[in-house]
Amino acid sequence: MTAAIKIRDLHKSFGSQVVLDGISLEIPTGKITTIVGPSGVGKSVLLKLIAGILTPEIGDILIFGENMAKMQSEKEKNSIRQRLGILFQGAALFDSISVYDNIAFPLKARGMKDRFEIHDRVTSVADSLSLTRYLFNLPQELSLGIRKRVGLARALISEPDIVLFDEPNTGLDPVVGQEVYDLIKFSKDRWGFTGVVISHELPEVFQVSDTVVMLLSGKIRASGSPEEFMRSEDAAVIQFMEGRKDGPIQIQ
Amino acid sequence: MIAVTVRSIERLGYNIIEAIASWGRSWIFLFKTLRAVLSLPISIGLVFRQVLEIGFNSLLVISLIGAFTGAVLAVQGEYTLSKFGADAWTGPMIALSLIRELAPVLTALMVIGRSGSAITAEIGIMKITEQIDALRSMAIDPIKYLMAPRLIAGVICMPLLMAVFTLVGIGGGYFVGTVLLNLNPGAFIQQIRAAVDMVDINSGLIKSTVFGFIFSWVSCYKGYTCGFGAVGVNKATTQSVVIASVSVLVVDYFLTSILTKLFY
Repeated sequence: MTAAIKIRDLHKSFGSQVVLDGISLEIPTGKITTIVGPSGVGKSVLLKLIAGILTPEIGDILIFGENMAKMQSEKEKNSIRQRLGILFQGAALFDSISVYDNIAFPLKARGMKDRFEIHDRVTSVADSLSLTRYLFNLPQELSLGIRKRVGLARALISEPDIVLFDEPNTGLDPVVGQEVYDLIKFSKDRWGFTGVVISHELPEVFQVSDTVVMLLSGKIRASGSPEEFMRSEDAAVIQFMEGRKDGPIQIQ
Repeated sequence: MIAVTVRSIERLGYNIIEAIASWGRSWIFLFKTLRAVLSLPISIGLVFRQVLEIGFNSLLVISLIGAFTGAVLAVQGEYTLSKFGADAWTGPMIALSLIRELAPVLTALMVIGRSGSAITAEIGIMKITEQIDALRSMAIDPIKYLMAPRLIAGVICMPLLMAVFTLVGIGGGYFVGTVLLNLNPGAFIQQIRAAVDMVDINSGLIKSTVFGFIFSWVSCYKGYTCGFGAVGVNKATTQSVVIASVSVLVVDYFLTSILTKLFY
C-alpha cells in the first residue's frame, strides 16, 4: 500500500525543549492513522508540521511525494495545503461570520466564484453532517459539539485527499464524542480520504483507527493495529491504556 | 548577594535583547504587511468592513469629544484673550489649535483606545484559538487577509475622523463662544476664514494619516504576536494601547517640527 504521508527523521524543538526527536512514520493512503500519547508529547505539533504551519529543524515530510518540510515559500506550501483539510481542537471557526460562510470559506479562498455551485456544495455537506438548521447561526451561538461538526464540514467541503483531526472529541461528553467518531467513520466512507487523528482517548479512538502510533518523549514508542495495541505488553502502552499514574510515563 | 546581582543583570540584558528583537520583528511584520497591501488584489469588502469598524463606529465618540474640546477651548480662549482685549480672536485660536494639533492627536488617542485595543484583542484571540492557523491551513495568507485591510482602513479613517473632530469642535466652540460668552457670531466665523490657511489643514491631515498608519501597525503587530491565553491577550492589548499612544505623541513632536519648517 502506498503512503500518502512519509515522515523521515523529524526533529522539532521550542527553545531548549525538544518536542519531536527523530520521528519516522508512514501514513498509508485511504486509511486512518491515529497518533496517541500523553498531553504535551507533541501530537498537535506533529499535525501542524504536516500542515506546514510549523517548520521542523531537521527531517522530511513527504505528502504525495512533495517535501513540505523543505518548502521555503508559502506559495509552494499552499499547493499542498489545498489537498488537506484540518479539524482543529476547538474547531477554530471564524467568529464574525455565519456557519454557512465558515463552511464555504475554503471554496471562496480557492477562488470559486460561482455562487450556485458554492451553495450546492455547502448545503450538500451540511445536509450530510446534519447541520442544515444551523447554517445561519454564528459559531458562538452553538455548542462545542456542533461547532466541531461545522469544523468537520469546513475541512471536508473541498474534498481533500488528507484530513487531519486534532483531538476531535476533546471537551465533549461521551455521547457527543461518540457522535463525532460516527461522523468521522461516515465521512471517511463518503469521501474516502486519508486520515490522521490526534487523540489521547483510548480505547474509544480505536473504532476509527486502522493504525495506531504512540508518541512518548519525542519518539515513537509503539505502533500497530488497534488489536495489536490492545494486546501490547509495553509497560508505557499498558499504563496509558489503563490510565495509571505509576509507570514509565511521568506526569510533567 | 552576588547571585542576585548577576540574575538582575542577566534579566536586564535579556529584556534589552528581547526589546531590540521585538522592534526588529515589528519592522519585518510591517514590510510583510506593506508587501501584502501592494500585491493586489485586496478585498474591497474586507477593507470596507474595517472602515465601518474603525471609522463609522467611532463617529459618535469622536464627535462628542470634539464638541467638548471645542467648547473648553472657547471658554479658556475667551478668558485668556480677553485679558489682552483680543477675545475676537477666540475663533481662530480654537480653529488653529484643533486643526494643527488637538484634532489629529486627540482623534488618534481616542481611536487607539477604542479600535486599537479591539483590533489587538480580536487578532490575539484569533491567534490563540487557532483561527490564524486555520487560515494558513486553507492556503490564505493571514497578513493579507487580516492585517492589510486594517492598515488601509486605519490610513483612510484617521484623517476623516480628524476632519469630523475639527468641524464638530469648531461647532462646539462657536456655540459656547457666541451663545454663552456673547462673542460676535459673524466675527467668529470671519476671523477663522482669515486665519486658517490650506497649509494648516494639510499639516493636520498629514499628521492624521501618519497616526493612522502607526495605530494600525502597532495594533495588528501586537495582536499577531500575542502570548498564550487570556493573560497573553490582556498583555498584548495593554502594550498595544500604550505603545501606540506614546508613539503618536513622540511622532507628533517630530512631525510638528518638520512640517513647521517645511510649510511656514
